[in-house]
Amino acid sequence: MTAGVFLVLSAFLASAVEMVEALTIVLASGIARGWRSSLIGMGAAVLALAVIVAALGPALTVIPLNALRLVVGGLLLTFGLQWLRKAILRASGFKALHDEDAIFAKELEEARTAERLERGGVDWYGFTLSFKGVLLEGLEVAFIVITFGSTQGSIPLAAVGAAAALVLVAGVGVAVRAPLARVPENTLKFAVGVMLTTFGIFWSTEGAGGSWPGSDAALFGVLAFVIALSAVFVAALRRRKRERFVTADVRA
Amino acid sequence: MKYVVSFGRFWWDFVVGDDWRAAVGVVLAIGATAALAAGGVAVWWTMPLAVALVLYMTLRRATAP
Repeated sequence: MTAGVFLVLSAFLASAVEMVEALTIVLASGIARGWRSSLIGMGAAVLALAVIVAALGPALTVIPLNALRLVVGGLLLTFGLQWLRKAILRASGFKALHDEDAIFAKELEEARTAERLERGGVDWYGFTLSFKGVLLEGLEVAFIVITFGSTQGSIPLAAVGAAAALVLVAGVGVAVRAPLARVPENTLKFAVGVMLTTFGIFWSTEGAGGSWPGSDAALFGVLAFVIALSAVFVAALRRRKRERFVTADVRA
Repeated sequence: MKYVVSFGRFWWDFVVGDDWRAAVGVVLAIGATAALAAGGVAVWWTMPLAVALVLYMTLRRATAP
């Protein structure tokens, strides 16, 4: 039950973050190059992602669970630490915050100035921009849905989290027809980094032959540990940033 | 060949990212955990400790002046 709730929540949060980014690209492509090419590109990417999930999902279920947890736990931990590292650097001021409005403006400008090349009535630039954006952002969603789902023994449960995010982001995107800059994306990315790292620690330990005191309930303990660790690093780096600022000020 | 390299680079960036040392740290930690578990040691503490160390080192490198 505990792991199931974590699974749906993690898949939902991770998918929502990636979908907000994909939406920005599709919007820029649609506004600058026409909606037909942009939506065809998005549809083709969604189809490609569905094929990847349909092919890889069942294949992973035949691998012994401990081996799967070891590999998936290691991959999620490596992947999750990247997210967490960037989130901590953003929160402490060492890295610029993710700005969906700025990204949208840049994509829009590039799409407006690109040369027009039509194939079968479809603008190739608009199609490719939309296809690549949705495919690349969607691959992260597919990776999370497949790895979380197969390791926890329920790809459909992970897919429910991702589908809920798709409905929410697409619904709001269609309603406002603007990049979702008000979504607290940096906070969401932090939460996803924490979730990925938590699952990575939990599964890689089980896959390596260890067991957790309290079984699945230990996920709460691991989660609390990762949150506390992140908070300590953010506080320490903020202090370091302030000290550097003061030192530079004194030298000037 | 170009596509194979691009494909490999994509997956490298996707999973490993900016700091390959962090990925090596994770692999070493999992290996050590497996070895300790095989020796009958309770290993629930090893990965959290390893994550704290890896995160500390990768953040220190990223914020070095």
